[in-house]
Formats: sequence, structure tokens, C-alpha cells
Amino acid sequence: MVDAVIQGIDARAPARKRSSLRKAMQRKSTVAFLMALPLILLIALLVIYPAFYSLHLATLNKSMERFVGLSNFTFLFKRETFWMVVQQSCIFAVTAVIFKALIGFIVAHFVHNIPSKGQRKWRGMLLVPWVIPPAMSCLAWLWLFDPSYSAFNWIFALFGIGPVSWTGDTNWARFSVILINIWIGAPFFMIMYLAALKSVPEQLYEAAEIDGANWWQRIWYVTLPMMRNIIAITALFSLIVTFANFDIVRIITAGGPIDTTHVFATWSFWLGIQGGDIPLGACVSLFMVPILAVAATFILRDINRRGSEV
Amino acid sequence: MKRKTVTRRRFMATTAAASATMIAAPFVRTANAAGKLSIGFWDHWVPGGNNASKALCEEWGAKNKVEMQIDYITSQGHKNLLTIAAEQQAKSGHDILAFPSWQPHGSSQHLEPVDDIMAELVKLHGKVNPTVEYLARSGGRWIAVPTCVGSQIKGPNSRIDFLKKHADIDLLAMYPAGSPPKADAWTMDAMLKAAEACHKGGNPFGIGLGTTEDNVDTAGAIFQSFGAALVDAKGTITVKSDPVRKALEYYIKLSQWLPPDAPAWDNAANNKYLISGKGSLIMNPPSAWAVAKRDAPQVAEQLWTHGMPSGPAGRYSPFLPYFWGIWNFGKNKTAAKELIMFLSQRTSVEKMVDASAGYDLPAFEKLTDFKIWAEIGPPKGTLYHYPNPHNHQVLAVAAQPAPPKIAHQIYTQAIHTKMIVRILKGEQMEKTLAWAEGELEGFTRT
Repeated sequence: MVDAVIQGIDARAPARKRSSLRKAMQRKSTVAFLMALPLILLIALLVIYPAFYSLHLATLNKSMERFVGLSNFTFLFKRETFWMVVQQSCIFAVTAVIFKALIGFIVAHFVHNIPSKGQRKWRGMLLVPWVIPPAMSCLAWLWLFDPSYSAFNWIFALFGIGPVSWTGDTNWARFSVILINIWIGAPFFMIMYLAALKSVPEQLYEAAEIDGANWWQRIWYVTLPMMRNIIAITALFSLIVTFANFDIVRIITAGGPIDTTHVFATWSFWLGIQGGDIPLGACVSLFMVPILAVAATFILRDINRRGSEV
Repeated sequence: MKRKTVTRRRFMATTAAASATMIAAPFVRTANAAGKLSIGFWDHWVPGGNNASKALCEEWGAKNKVEMQIDYITSQGHKNLLTIAAEQQAKSGHDILAFPSWQPHGSSQHLEPVDDIMAELVKLHGKVNPTVEYLARSGGRWIAVPTCVGSQIKGPNSRIDFLKKHADIDLLAMYPAGSPPKADAWTMDAMLKAAEACHKGGNPFGIGLGTTEDNVDTAGAIFQSFGAALVDAKGTITVKSDPVRKALEYYIKLSQWLPPDAPAWDNAANNKYLISGKGSLIMNPPSAWAVAKRDAPQVAEQLWTHGMPSGPAGRYSPFLPYFWGIWNFGKNKTAAKELIMFLSQRTSVEKMVDASAGYDLPAFEKLTDFKIWAEIGPPKGTLYHYPNPHNHQVLAVAAQPAPPKIAHQIYTQAIHTKMIVRILKGEQMEKTLAWAEGELEGFTRT
């Protein structure tokens, strides 16, 4: 009898293991984790490892021979150019994101109001700036803003205006790089907002109309509250990408005139690769992390709060 | 059993003797290097400029039974600098790599000493100029071999007709093809007057004030002509000095005769300016002339490459040599050294210079007499003075004589042209000098 019980237990053990594995596999979270695993590994390899490696580099001396702790950071804090780059990166990213969001919101409304038959064509055309590789579109913009042969200046000259020193004057150079960033990035906002607009229930607008809400009130009290989360996430995502922008400034102004258009990425490249000071370049690039972390914390906290309210 | 002890004194003497023997040892050619050799050459601007190096490497590879792998790495977007940084970090990559002027010092710990090759080459081709030594010697040893491929002098490329018409300067008389220059009257003051005359005549000088290499090289040479060093050879900051003030004052005067967009110019802007037929002088290697020959032959026919004007401290010309270095973690260092030796022979060098239409410049004193510079045209003899055949100017790199690692930062951060532009934008000179001093202090960190 005892033997039989023991045998019974022994026989059931692998079966229980199998069934618990099956149960685990049937759990949505396990499947999701397994499906995301290749991406997690890829991110670990291409993002987490380089991030830690750049932290390591940032703690080395100029010739990368000895550990210097945080002295590269304290050195940067004393540099006038560094604070100028911080200021410029903030101006560049914040201005560009605000205008991208504004233009994206307005254009999304226009496209939303186009009859669905012709909407696809407009959507496709408006996405073109976003899908062209930025390095390529920046070269075209470079011709438009060329210091000597600017196409814009050529047109202005026909009306007796100009020439404008697009990349030679600090204000115009900042304007130029921000304009290009808006041109490239606004379609992303447009498509996200369009998707959000389409998900706003029509009944809400009908109810607002019955209550006598005008056009502005419908936007303020219906559209915007319904789109708040998507606006916040899009703004955060764009802020991160815009802060880390490299190609536009690199191609159009190379940080000039006299460093007044450098952003973190271009200045980091300038110091690290061109100047051969890789630890200092790594330090500059790492400065984006705390700034973006603060922005991300505030925006995501707001989204979570609203999520729990809903 | 008597135990043999080595005293500290004996150890030091033996080590010193061994080191001296290694440094002085001549390069010994082995029969067949064999194996595989990976080379990263600079991708030439001049169309067809890579053909000669490729053919020579293949010839050497076939003869020595070495499997060759050649990559031509562009300097567009600083891809070559990224490659150097990546290979240095990974301690893996090409056996031989082309290094732009400042890079050997930056990679000195990872480069195989090449004293043996240099000793042999100096014996064959004569001395190299001091700038090459400045850039490729570290810790008393050669760490890279100067190559003609990519090496350039960025002296004036001028319009014969415009300078004659607007400034009454006869370039052909001042720099006659086949003869030593008669350039005593070609001074900084003469250049300033010529710049003014050409500006008034509607064909300004095309000297940029941006932060890219061409602009910095010109500024560096003009500063050197005034004896103006931002940091001296010992590493002392000397930016607040009278020669620097004089050089800045000169540049401010010159700037009023330059195109108004000069502060935004990059390396291509001056070339375009000359080729468009608008400019009367730029500071560039003859690549602008080579492109003009293809795209604007009427402009090319009027171009003459010549020397820099002299200043109070002498006549300095911007010189940017390229180097071939061998990584000390390379897998086939013996073959790498043998290939560099082969590529540095007179016949090989001449083939590469010919393939580049005279653009490439050897650094050795006996290699400045190739036929191509005297014969190529139109106009015939336009490049005769390009390799500085009569040594009438000092070839130097901007920011020299500061210690190379500091000079590299000065050069990359374009401190010379930034100072000029700051003053042009209305900043007081003393404030600009104080700003520069702050930047330079930062560059001296180790």
C-alpha cells in the first residue's frame, strides 16, 4: 500500500511540473515576456551596455589611462561653452517640440475634417518630411540656407530683400536649425494626434453642441481632455529625440557661428571624436540623462495620475 | 653553486643598451611576410586617387603571398576619425590605418613604434620637415610614417587675371614655373592691399572664418607669420601677448575685404567660391583647381598655386600631413612594416602623386621634384610651387608649437577663427583674449 502511494507520488511529480510549465506558458505575461525577449536582449546589447560603457568612459582622464571619478563633470561645470550648450539644447528642444505639437495639432484637425475618401493621399503627403532620412533632407535644406548661394536669398533678392545670413548669424542660425527640426518632426505629431482625434467618440461632440458649446469650447472641453495622454506621451517622446538630435545641427551649422548652435550631441561629437577627448565627450552626452529623466518623471507621473482617475 | 645577481645599475645599463639597439636597428626586410594584411586607407577626394595605392598593394601582396584587404575610409562626416576611435577602443581592426595630422598623438599608446622604417626612409629620401616630427614623434620615438596620400599644403590658389587686373600683381613673375620664387614683395601688407583691391574690383578673396579645417589652417599660418602662439612649446598660455593682438588686428582689417558670409564658411565654401568665378584667391590644396579643370575650365586656366605672404616673423604655410600607423595590437606587424616600406619607395610615391594629379605631397626633402608638378596644367606649371620646392616658406600646422595634445584641442575647437569672429561681432579684444585664455586653460588638463 505504502509502496503504491510512493509510486503514485513519483509518477505525478513530472506531470505536475509539466502542467505548471503549461500554465506559465498560458499566462499572458509569460508569453508577452518571451515575445519581448529578443527586443530586451537587443536593447541590453545596444543601449544598456553602451550606456554603462559611456559612464565608465566619463570617469577616465583625457588619455583614458586612469580613473578620475567625477572630475570631468566638475571640469565641465566651469566651462562657459558647456552652459551655453545646455541653454541652446533647451531652447532648441523646447521651442521645436512646442511648434511641432502646435502645427501637428492644427494639421491633424485639417486632415480629420477632409472627407475620408481623399484623406489617405493627404496623410501620405504630409508624412513625407518625416519618412525621408534626415541626413538627406538636411542636405537639401543646406542648399536653401547655403551661406553664399542660398536659394531663399535668391528668391528674396528678386524682391530686393536680403541677403540673410542664415547660418552666419546666431539668431538666424538657431532659427534655421529649429525650423528644419519642426519640418521633419511635425508629421509625427500630426499622425499621432489624428489617431487620437479619430478615437474621440462623436457623441461627446454632439452632446457639447446640444449644450451650446462653440468651436473653441468643443476643443477646450472635449478634444484636449480626450487627447491629454497622447499629447503628453508624444511631447515626451519628441523631447527625448529632439534633445538628442545630431544630424540637423551637424549638417546645417556644425555648431557655428562661434558654438552658438551646438546641442549636446554635436558638442559631444566635437569634443570626443574630433578633439580626441572621448571621456569629456562621454560626459557631455551623459548630461542629457538627468534633464530628460526629470522631464520624463513629471510627464509620466501626470499620465499615471490621470490613468488612475479614469 | 654561485648565484648570479643582477644589480640595479647593471639592469639599467642593459635595458638602456637594449633600447638604444632597438631604436637604432635598421629595418630588416624578411623574405616573405605571408599571412593576411588589412589596410584602412584614406578615401581620396581626387577621382582615381585610390587607383595607384590599390595597384601597388596588390602588386606587393602577390609578390609576397600576402592576402590583402583594403578599405578606403572617407573623411566625410569624420568617418575616418570614428574608425580610429572605434578600433582603438576595441583593440581590433586594420593592421595599417591612415591617420590625419593630429591623430597619431591621440593614439600614441596603441601605435607600434616605426623608428626602423623612418631611419631607413630618411636615409633614402632625406629629412622630413619639423612639422612631421612634431606630429608623428612621441616619447622620443616615431609612432607613424608620413604618407603622401592626403598630405597637403593649403597655400594660396589665385586668379592670375584678377590679381593682375585689380591689384597689379603678376603672379607668374612672382612665382615663375621652374624657377625659385621672387616673392620678397609678397608680404602680409601686400596681401591686405590686394584683398582690398580685389574686393573693390568685385572679386573678393575667399578666405573663410568658420570652424572647419581650411579656415583654421589659414588663420594658423597668418598667426604664425606674426609670431603669435596661443600656447608655447612648453605649454604656457601666451594668448595675451602683443603678437597675438597684432595678428588679430591684421585679421580684422583683412575681414572687411572678405565676403560677409565668411564666418559661416565650411571646407567646401572656398572651393565653390573660386570655381564659381567670383573669388580671386582662396587657401587650399589644388583640389579646387582639379574640379575647376573638369567643371569650369575657363576658371582653371587662370589659377596659379603659390606661396603664402611673409609676415613679421616669417613666411608660414599651412601644412597637413597624413600618416600611416600600425596598431600595436595588429596581427601582422611584420607584413605591415614591409608594405609601408614598399609604398614609401620613390617609384611608389611618384605613382601615387601622379594618380592624385599632384594633390598628394611627400614629406621627405628629396621627393619634391616629381615631373607632374612642373608639367601639369593648364596653365602649365600651375602646381610647380605647390610642394614648396625651394623651401622659401616654413611648413607648419595651426597651433604649433603648443604641445600636440593641447594644439589638437586648439585646432579642433577653432580658437583662432572663433577669436576673430567674436571681435568681428563687436566684442572687445581684451574680452576675447580672456575668453580664449579660459578655453586654453581647459585644454591643458591631462
